[in-house]
Formats: sequence, structure tokens, C-alpha cells
Amino acid sequence: MDALLRAEHIIKEYANHRALNDVSLEIPEQSIFGLLGPNGAGKTTLIRIINQIIGPDKGEIYLNNEHLKPGHVEKIGYLPEERGLYKKMKVGEQAEYLARLKGLNGFEARKLLKQWFERFDLTPWWNKKVEELSKGMQQKVQFIITVLHKPSLLIFDEPFTGFDPINVNILKEEILKLRHDGATIIFSTHDMASVEELCDHIALINKSEKILEGQVQQIKKQHAGRIYEVELENMKKPLENMLDDRFRLLTSTGTTDSTRARVKILNDTPANDLLQPLLREAQLVAFKELTPSMNDIFIKQVTGRFPAESAETDKQHIKPR
Amino acid sequence: MGKTSTIIKREFLSRVRKRSFVVMTILGPLLMAAIVIVPVVVAQWSDSEYDVAIVDNSDYFVHAFDDRDNVRFTPLGTNIDHALELMHDGRFDAVLHIPEAAFQAPSTLRLFSEKSVNLNARLLIENILKLEFESLKLEHAGIDEEVLRKIETPVNIQAIRIQNDGELITDYPEISMGLGIVSGLLIYIFIFLFGSQVLRGVLEEKTSRIVEIIVSSVRPFQLMIGKIMGVGLVGLTQFLIWVFLTFFIVGIFQFAMPDMFQFTPDERVFISSSQVLSMEEMEQQRELIQQQDTMAGQLLEGLSAINFPVMIVSFIFFFLGGYLLYAALFAAIGSAVDNEADTQQFMLPVTVPLLLAIIMSNLVISNPDGPVAFWLSIIPLTSPVIMMVRIPFGVPYMELMLSGGLLIIGFMATTWLAARIYRTGILMYGKKVNYRELWKWITHA
Repeated sequence: MDALLRAEHIIKEYANHRALNDVSLEIPEQSIFGLLGPNGAGKTTLIRIINQIIGPDKGEIYLNNEHLKPGHVEKIGYLPEERGLYKKMKVGEQAEYLARLKGLNGFEARKLLKQWFERFDLTPWWNKKVEELSKGMQQKVQFIITVLHKPSLLIFDEPFTGFDPINVNILKEEILKLRHDGATIIFSTHDMASVEELCDHIALINKSEKILEGQVQQIKKQHAGRIYEVELENMKKPLENMLDDRFRLLTSTGTTDSTRARVKILNDTPANDLLQPLLREAQLVAFKELTPSMNDIFIKQVTGRFPAESAETDKQHIKPR
Repeated sequence: MGKTSTIIKREFLSRVRKRSFVVMTILGPLLMAAIVIVPVVVAQWSDSEYDVAIVDNSDYFVHAFDDRDNVRFTPLGTNIDHALELMHDGRFDAVLHIPEAAFQAPSTLRLFSEKSVNLNARLLIENILKLEFESLKLEHAGIDEEVLRKIETPVNIQAIRIQNDGELITDYPEISMGLGIVSGLLIYIFIFLFGSQVLRGVLEEKTSRIVEIIVSSVRPFQLMIGKIMGVGLVGLTQFLIWVFLTFFIVGIFQFAMPDMFQFTPDERVFISSSQVLSMEEMEQQRELIQQQDTMAGQLLEGLSAINFPVMIVSFIFFFLGGYLLYAALFAAIGSAVDNEADTQQFMLPVTVPLLLAIIMSNLVISNPDGPVAFWLSIIPLTSPVIMMVRIPFGVPYMELMLSGGLLIIGFMATTWLAARIYRTGILMYGKKVNYRELWKWITHA
């Protein structure tokens, strides 16, 4: 797949710190791209550069292989994290105004808005002032404004804050539908569960630098810690006695009748070598490789260690029987 | 440009549709027309008569009192107690007691009243008595009053201004002063009124965080300029409606009650002199009437000498120029802070030149062509106010052009400066900004 957006060696400096240090990204077309990173890492700066709200000090951005230019704002829809509306202005009028700023004419804007308002049950609120709307409804209006002009690139910064679980689901479905209809989506969030659920690709930015980029499944595989979960029954001897120094028992719970345990395979030992003693000494019920969650990977990349690996050093968790 | 005009349209319509705008737009000219009309009407209609009984024990003065200006005098013998009783019954509003020794001791004169004394009546009585005292004393000294009156020569120089085109016009400095101060003050009020609307608008966009949505569609500069122009158009609209409505309302009154506004002194001379008068007498009477009607007569004649098209056109130019210059600064302030309370520290340097202009305008009217007036009307920060103060006195075209040109350069400079603060400021939250920080924003590419 071609990249819809390419950022090359972006550097952005503020008065007293460097917000982005040589960051390059490739966002494949028609994908949902998770832009992750702790607070203050430089995500918002990067998003603002893509939106041409600010310019980079160095580096280039290409949209559809074209150098980013002012006309491109009409091809981008941006839902900022800190978002608001004119409180005293009527909902419909305001939506139309913001749509016109994105380059739609009044007629188109009204036609599309009516459809979207119908779909989100907002039609009765068209002539109400924004301050009369609940926060959730305001968020819906903002979402509509973001997607109304059918941009080829959508940027959602923490889109689910302020929504109840039902509306979060509606929104997720809309986002998936937008991708299906051809849009490319940059999705910035701290909510790792929704990253696992939605994203095809991610990039992780920490301390102004990109430290990780790739397909979600591949990244997970790369970060698999060679930890296996086993379930055993009718063990002839305790688990730790079955394992030699090529393996390390991380956790184990239960009795000799039924045990669940996590085992890390050290060095390049094949996983099959672990199976042999287990099959010999016990009834094997389950055996699977544990892939780390995006949450774990995020924390590992940012802090330098897996939250799960903390168990490795904490021997108290291992209760030999 | 298309998007900027969309922004201008929103800024304009959202304000013009507000109830406060409609109320102000209608009330403004009503107030202004009232200032012109009410004094005339009141002078005409103050029909409540003030009855003064005169108890003159000296018998020198009683004949001197003629009814005038809604004050009616009634001679009432010599019994002061009787007169006071009648006043108590409500027959009179006041009783003037002139004791026997009044001529020798004027301080014994008394004006009794149950309510507080009508000031007009008191002034009128004092005036009448003063004149009467004078003529009595002249008589005592053996000087013929007629002779004295002939010696007395009223001198009233008519100031004639020779205009650029050689035309002569009568100069009424009082009118120019009044007009200058009023228009200078109006500019000052307009700049503040609409400048702070810009500030509040920018702050609203920043605090409601809608600005981030908008600047992903348009450049920050377009948003800032759109707001400044939209609010400026609101001000211009309001001003034009005010001018139009004021003239309209005053015009209706003039049409409905034409005689109320006719004060041409010459006519009065002939009307009041049914019999033929000598040149000398006519001139004397003319002087007298002119003194009486100075205010009304001069006002109308002086106003007709003012070039209103020039006044209005320059008012609009200096209002717009001054507004654009200051509105940019107001926008920059609004973008740099997080809430209205924080604006104070940055407001000071913006308000000081405007306040200075207003304070100095008193000096300027007393010497409209002096060096202070010249420089303050050339420097763009004070020129909108000071130039408007000077224009009714007549300003050379060269100076007008210089001042106007510098004002245009001035507002382009403040707009440039403001744009640099604005584009950084609107996206900056939760940071206390000081002047050093602002300087960084301006200088940072």
C-alpha cells in the first residue's frame, strides 16, 4: 500500500526545547494509524504541523506525494483533543460556518449536515444554542464537523473522551466505516485498549523522538518475551523440578492436581524443548505464547521494562510446591 | 480571501444580531438628538410660572419689576406679614422684601420662600435690582444715564477665517472647540468599545478552544484579521446609523416646529422694531439681542460654518485607522492571556497613549496649531483622537495627509506585531506570559 502521508526528518524547536527531533513517519493509505506517546512527547506538535497550524523548522511533509500546501487543509479533518465551539451560536449555523471554512459551499454544507444530524439524532437541536447541548452532543457535533467535508486524512486526538460507552461504540463503528470508505485515519490516544481494537499501524513518540513504528501485529510479535502460559494436571513432581536452567518459572498457581504457570524460555532454546518434560511428567491442558499487550509495549518502550517482567525479578510470586 | 470574508461575515452578523447592539443603535441617536432638542423644548415649554410678591417699604424699586421668563411679579403693598400669610396659603411662591433702608444697605434684601428658592427667579431679581441700583446711584451722582449709555461702546470683534480657496467664513472657536472635543471623545470611546470587543472575542475563541478547530482550516492571521474587520464593520455600521438617525430625528423636529430653531439675529432686530429706528439704536438693539441669544445664535451660525462632509469623512477615516491600530493590539493581548483578569498588565501600555490623547485634547483646543497639537496629531498612537480635535479648527491638507499616511503605516505595523504574538498565543494554554515571553514570540521566526 502507498503512503498517504509521509513525514521526513521533522525538526521543531520551541524557545527552550526541541519538541520534535528528526521524526519520520509513513502513514499507509486507508489505514488507522495510532500515534502514541506519553504526555508532552510531541504528538500534538506533530499533528499541528500536519495541519499546517505551525510549520516545522526542518523536514518535509508529503500528502499523496505532494508537498504539503495550504490547499491541503481541505483534504484533512482534524478533531483536536482540546476542542470547543462558540457557546452562544446556534448549532446548525455554527456547523455550517465551520464547514465553509473547510471549503464547502453553503448549499453542500447544509445538505451533508442534515444527513449527519439525522444519523446522530441531532436534528431537533439544529436551532438551539451550543450551550444548551450536553457535552456528549457537543462532541458529536464536533465529530460531524471533522468528517463532513469527506477528507482523505482524518486526525482524531483522543476522540472518545466525554462519551458514554454506547456512544463510544457508535463512534468506533463510524471510524471503521470511514476507513472502509477510503479514509486514512491518524488516531492519537492513551487508551491502549482502543488502539488494539482499531489500529493497523502505530508509531510511538517519546521525548521528541520516534522510538517505534510498524504494524500492530508485527510489533507485538517482536515484543513477545518468549513467555508461555501452561496449564497442567496430575503432575508427578513440582513444576520447578521439571525445568532445567534453559527455562525460568515466573509464576505458578494451583495444586499438583491443577496448575497454571508462566514460563520464560531463555536464550534460543526452541519452545518444543519446554514441551518435552511437561508431556512426560504431567497432563498438558493448555500451552500458548503470551503476546504483550500494546499497553505493556508502551510502558516497556517508555520506561525501559515490561510491567509483566517485573514479576521476573520478584521471586515472591513463585510459590514452589 | 474567501475564507476571510466568511469569518468577517460571522463576526459582523453575530454582533449585529445581538439585542444589545439593536438597543444601543436606537438609543444612541435618541440620546444625541435629545441633547440638541431637549434644551430648546424645555426653554419653550417650561410653563410653570413662578409668582413673586414684592413688598417694597422703600418704594424705590417696585416699578422696576416686569414679568419675564415665567417669573411673575406682583406688588403687594408694604405689609410683609400679610404677604407671608398669602404665600403660606399658596397664592405666591416667594416674597421679596425690600426694607426701607435697602438703598443704603442692600444686604438687608430678603427673598422668602417655603420651598427652596427658584434659582432662575433669584438671578433675575438680583439682575433687576443691580441695574436699578446703578441707575439710582448715577442719578444721585448727577450723571445723566443717557450720556453714560452713549459712552458705553460694545466691542465685539467678528473673527473671519480666510480659507484656502479665499472664501471668508465667520469663525466661532467655541463651536470648533465643542465639536473637536466631542469627536475626539467619540473616537476614544469607539476605539475602546470595539477594541475590547475584539479582545473578548479572541479570548472567547481561545478559552472555548474552538480556535484549534478553526486554525486547522484557516491561517491564524486570517482569523485575526477577519475578527478585527468584522468588529470594525459593526462599529462603522453603528456610527453611520447614529449619524443618519440623529440628523433624521433633529430634522423631524425642525420640520414639525420650525420657529423653534429660527434665531437669526437680524430678523429679530426688525421684528422687535415696529417703528423706525436710527442706525445707532438699531445697532444697539442688535448687540443687546445678540448677547441674549449668543448661545443659540452662535451655535446655529457656527455649525453652518463647519464643513460637515469633511468632518464625517475624516471621522470615519481616523476612527477606522485608530481602531485598526488598537484592535490589533487588543487582539494580541487577548491571544496572550488565559482569562480576562490577566489582561490588566498588558492593557496599561495600550490605554496610556489613548488616555494621554484625551487629557491633552484640552491643551490642543486652546492652541490647535501649536507644536504639541501638531506632534500628537502626527504620531499614530494619539493622532486619531487629537486630529479629530483639531479638524474643526481647520488643518492644512499636508498635515492631514501626513497624519493619515502615518496612521496607515502605524496600523500595518501593529497588525504585523500582533499577528506574531497571536499565532503563538492562541495555542498556548496555562502559561503566565510576561513581556519577555512576548518578545520571544515576536522575534522567533
